[in-house]
Amino acid sequence: MYHTHKEVELVARHTLSIIVDNEAGVLARVIGLFSGRGYNIEHLTVAPVDLEGHESRITVVTVGTPHAIEQIKAQLDRLVPVHRVGDLTESGPYVERELALVKVHCNNDQQRAALRIAEAFRAKTVDSSFDSYIFEVTGKTDKIKAFIKLMEDAGLVESVRTGVAALTRGSKAL
Amino acid sequence: MSGKALSGAEIIINSLVDLGVEVIFGYPGGAVLPLYDALYDQDKIRHILVRHEQAAVHAAEGYARSTGKPGVVLVTSGPGATNAVTGLTDAMMDSIPVICLTGQVPSHLIGSDAFQEADTVGITRHCTKHNYLVRDVDMLSQIVHEAFYVATNGRPGPVVIDIPKDIQIFTSATSHSGMVKHKSYRPEAKGDTAAIREAVRLLSAAKKPIFYTGGGVINSGPAAAQLLREIVQLTGAPITSTLMGLGAYPASDKQFLGMLGMHGTYEANHAMHDCDVMICVGARFDDRVTGRLDAFSPNSKKIHIDIDRSSINKTVRVDVPIVGDVAHVLEDMLKIWKATILENGQQSYEDWWADIAVWRSRNCLKYSRSDDVIMPQYALERLQELTKDKDVYFTTEVGQHQMWAAQFLKFEDPNRWMTSGGLGTMGYGFPAAIGAQIAHPDALVIDVAGEASIQMNIQELGTAAQYDLPVKLFILNNEYMGMVRQWQELNHDGRYSHSYSDSLPDFVALAKAYGAHGIRVDKPADLDGAIKEMIAVKGLVIVDCRVEKLANCFPMVPSGAAHNEMILPDEEDRQEFEGGAALV
Repeated sequence: MYHTHKEVELVARHTLSIIVDNEAGVLARVIGLFSGRGYNIEHLTVAPVDLEGHESRITVVTVGTPHAIEQIKAQLDRLVPVHRVGDLTESGPYVERELALVKVHCNNDQQRAALRIAEAFRAKTVDSSFDSYIFEVTGKTDKIKAFIKLMEDAGLVESVRTGVAALTRGSKAL
Repeated sequence: MSGKALSGAEIIINSLVDLGVEVIFGYPGGAVLPLYDALYDQDKIRHILVRHEQAAVHAAEGYARSTGKPGVVLVTSGPGATNAVTGLTDAMMDSIPVICLTGQVPSHLIGSDAFQEADTVGITRHCTKHNYLVRDVDMLSQIVHEAFYVATNGRPGPVVIDIPKDIQIFTSATSHSGMVKHKSYRPEAKGDTAAIREAVRLLSAAKKPIFYTGGGVINSGPAAAQLLREIVQLTGAPITSTLMGLGAYPASDKQFLGMLGMHGTYEANHAMHDCDVMICVGARFDDRVTGRLDAFSPNSKKIHIDIDRSSINKTVRVDVPIVGDVAHVLEDMLKIWKATILENGQQSYEDWWADIAVWRSRNCLKYSRSDDVIMPQYALERLQELTKDKDVYFTTEVGQHQMWAAQFLKFEDPNRWMTSGGLGTMGYGFPAAIGAQIAHPDALVIDVAGEASIQMNIQELGTAAQYDLPVKLFILNNEYMGMVRQWQELNHDGRYSHSYSDSLPDFVALAKAYGAHGIRVDKPADLDGAIKEMIAVKGLVIVDCRVEKLANCFPMVPSGAAHNEMILPDEEDRQEFEGGAALV
């Protein structure tokens, strides 16, 4: 009786920077917009960025069709406490980093492997006990994922990631 | 600014007075008692006691849309706020400026599941343009002033201010006067000149242009409607309007093609489909307008004027987007247009108007007359004829009667027509009529209703009676949720699942129960008399107009069809459209 149709369009990953008033509920507004309108969030980071704590910067990594990305930016921009929305993926070269803490529980063989991998990834050891380590590693998402993957064989217990923080390259602000 | 220390409740009342508020629609409760106490001994703001909080918001919407001023609502916490949610969502969808003050449990009880506690800012986050939870009485005055700025600037919408009971009692000496701008929210009213030039270039080169206008023209204010008339008449192009935009351009003018969309006219939809340049002014390519998207006006260049950037390219790709306020943009466009015409001369659209004449001759609103039974279309034709010289405001509920009203009532001016467009809220019309009547006490305010919709806020008979509001409820009673029944007939093989209006009240007796006047009419010959009586009676009137039960509203673009594939009244035994019905 009814026919439904599905759109097939290429999707792309975009890193968005959103400057907002640092007020109660603002994060809920931003992520509520994503869930309410059916957009994806792959990464989310948020913290106040000015010294007085009046403004926060939200970094969202989202995946969508070019049309959806345009809509996301326009919809974010019309939220009252949103000051500016930047699309780092579109606006030129940018630096993207995330940080992970990775806990391993290892026997003697694993221990050596874990330390060797950590060194190769320039991870710092931020906690160690008789049979465990916590490594701190920063880098692009792919590097973090690779590090965690390698640690699986070195006794990975658990890990936590901050999500992406990103800035455009060069002297200009968003 | 600092002055004498006042309670939060007094600060709110003073702020509202300062902002020019004359009327509040509300309902008291525990968490707003201090505010109601402050209302008790003042005479600057009139409080209208509704019978349900949803109706308070619709009444505020009716007030706002008939005056151009924001409507104000006051309700209590918990159920007061949740009852208001439908009205807020309605105002959000139709871009109506409403400020809704909600009471909240005292600050220290928030989050404890206290009596009549609800997470109002959480619940209303998605159905308001913005909302506030007041945590500091020193911020109260600023928030109220800022809320008015946010509600009325840019694309208008509802704003909720949630005020814990303790904040209403605490005192502060901080107060503001005049509009307080939001610190970062600054919608741009003026459109990009280069884009406007490009729009004029396209328009002046067009062979088959059309203006497609919407509620944004009305929201932009009377100047926008005036400028629209000027530019449309100067260009000589045809114009069609959305449901929300009716009245922005006079219906009687020969360039007006009537409403477009699912129940729009044959000529409007065909002209939209075949045009070469479309200029969309304050409308948003709603699915009720476009029909199947991939078949929507396939060969036109599209210009889109909208104050909300997110409306641009949302569903339909446009060639020339102009973000700005309709009045500002049209003013610039008019100047550039005049200069262009001086240089290049005016196009005439003779061939285009000849095409339109053919579509018009199809007479798409035709219906079969009857001497025995009142056809709903006939009832609206007579209502139009007998009210056309009056100072009249129309509201509607939602369904067939609403579409017939849009087709058969003729609006010459903006702000005279109030209907729930985006959300499609049954129960909107009666409280909206109350709001319009409060704003225009001497005007004739008529709610064109269906017997099903009217029952969704029928309790407001109490409100209308209490304030002696001479609202006229003109109920087209076909004993069905007519639009549901029509879709069941067209899409579900006539399986009328739960769409019959059983156990209807005796509307005439109901009117009497509230001290109002009731009229029942079921013969075409008696219709004029009934309408005249309705107008003549000084007071609340219910007309139970018994109409043909199984009439369908045509033309109709079936769901899933292109916007030029309409079912016309004389083609009811149509074939199925390719692909069957869509889900919208």
